[in-house]
Amino acid sequence: MTEFNPINWKTHPPYSHPPYRSTEKRGPQKKLLPLPQKLSELTGPVFGEDMLGEFDSDLTRNARVNGEPIGERIIVVGKLLDESGNAIPNALLEVWQANACGRYIHKVDQHDAPLDPNFTGCGRVMTDANGEYRFMTIKPGAYPWGNHENAWRPAHIHFSVFGTNFLQRLVTQMYFPGDPLMPLDPIFNGLPDENGKRRLISDYAHDITTPEYALGYRFNIVVNGPKETPFETKEA
Amino acid sequence: MSQFEQSPSQTIGPFFHNALIQMTDGQNVLVNEKTAGQKIIITGLVLDGDGQPVEDSMVEIWQADANGYFNHPADPNQAKSDPEFMGHGRSQAVDAGRFSFTTVKPGIIAGEATPYINLRVFARGMLIHAISRIYFSDETTNKSDAVLNSVPAERRDTLVAKLDPAELIPTYRLDLNMQGENETVFFNP
Ligand SMILES: [Fe+3]
Repeated sequence: MTEFNPINWKTHPPYSHPPYRSTEKRGPQKKLLPLPQKLSELTGPVFGEDMLGEFDSDLTRNARVNGEPIGERIIVVGKLLDESGNAIPNALLEVWQANACGRYIHKVDQHDAPLDPNFTGCGRVMTDANGEYRFMTIKPGAYPWGNHENAWRPAHIHFSVFGTNFLQRLVTQMYFPGDPLMPLDPIFNGLPDENGKRRLISDYAHDITTPEYALGYRFNIVVNGPKETPFETKEA
Repeated sequence: MSQFEQSPSQTIGPFFHNALIQMTDGQNVLVNEKTAGQKIIITGLVLDGDGQPVEDSMVEIWQADANGYFNHPADPNQAKSDPEFMGHGRSQAVDAGRFSFTTVKPGIIAGEATPYINLRVFARGMLIHAISRIYFSDETTNKSDAVLNSVPAERRDTLVAKLDPAELIPTYRLDLNMQGENETVFFNP
C-alpha cells in the first residue's frame, strides 16, 4: 500500500495561536503521537454524483424564494490536486459563506446586516474526471467578530474537502486578492508561512469571467500526496 | 521539495451547520435496516480546557464494516464490503457539546488486532482538526493493539469508549477532552 505524506506543519497552522483567542482553550496541548498508516488511514468515503441536488453548485439559484440573491455574481473554478500534481477526480467539496452584506444564515450570527431571503450561502460540488470543479455564487462580504476591538474577517468562502483517503481531509478558507483585511486577520495570520498564505488567496481569472454576467476566480487546492519512494535497483 | 505544496487548513468557524449538517441530514446514523452487524451507539462530549462543552464543534468518524472491510479501492476486500454501509459519519455537538453516532461495531481489519474507529474533531477556535481513535472497552484483544500499546499506559483510557450495559442498544461513551490532565490522545499520522 502506498503511504501518504503526513500533515506538513511548516504550512499548516498550529493548534495554539494566541492572537486568535479561542485557540487557547480548544487545541490539543500535549504532543501528538505517531500513527502508522494502515488501511483505515488510506481509505475514505466514496461519494457519488447522485447525492448532489440539481442546483447544489449554483448558490445564486439553490435558495431562491422570490427572486435573485443580491450582490456581485462570481464563478469559482479550480483543481483539486495532490502534492505530486495528480488530479483528484470525483471528490466532494462543500462550501459555505456569508451573503453580500457579510451575514450568515445561522442562528448565532448576530451581525446587524440584512439577511437575503434568496441566499443561504451553502453549496456542494464534485470534481470532474480532471479534478476540476466549478460553482457559482455571490461574492461574500466582510463581517465583524468578537476576537478583539474592531475585528473584521476578510471576505472568504469556507471549503470542506474530502480527498480519497482519511489523510487528505481538509477544511480551509478561500480569500480574495487585494483584500486589505487579510494582514489584520488573526485566522489568516495563524498560517506560519507566506507561501501557504498565498495558496489560500484565489486569483482573479479573466478567462472564466463571463461577459455581462459574472466575474471569475480560480482557487486550486492541494492535499497530501503519496510518499515518493526512493529509487530501487532491480535485482538481476 | 515538491512543486505542489499542501493547502493549509483554516478553522471551520461557528457557521458550518447549515452546509455540513442540515444540507445532508442524518449523517450521524451510518446504518439502515439492511446493514450487517451489531448496531451500537457511540456518544460523548467535546470539552475544552476548562471542561466546558464545545458546542460549535463537529466530529467525523471513519470505520470498517462489521467484517472489517472498507468500500474503497485501496481495500483488497472491497468486493466483500457491505453495500449498505459507507463507514463515514458526521455529528455536530450542539446539545451541550454532545456528539452521537448510530453505527455498527466494526470488524477487525486484516492484519490488525482489535476493532477501532478513526475520528476527527473540528471546532471554532481550532485552526486545524485533530485526529484520534475510538476503541471499545469490552474487547480483550485491545491489549494486543500496536497503536494502543504505543500510547503511555496512563493515557490509553482516553481512547477507549466505555460500554454502558444499562442501554437497550449497546452504547459506548467517550468524552473528548481537548486539553487538561485527561487530554485525549491525538495523533499525527
Ligand atoms: Fe466565515
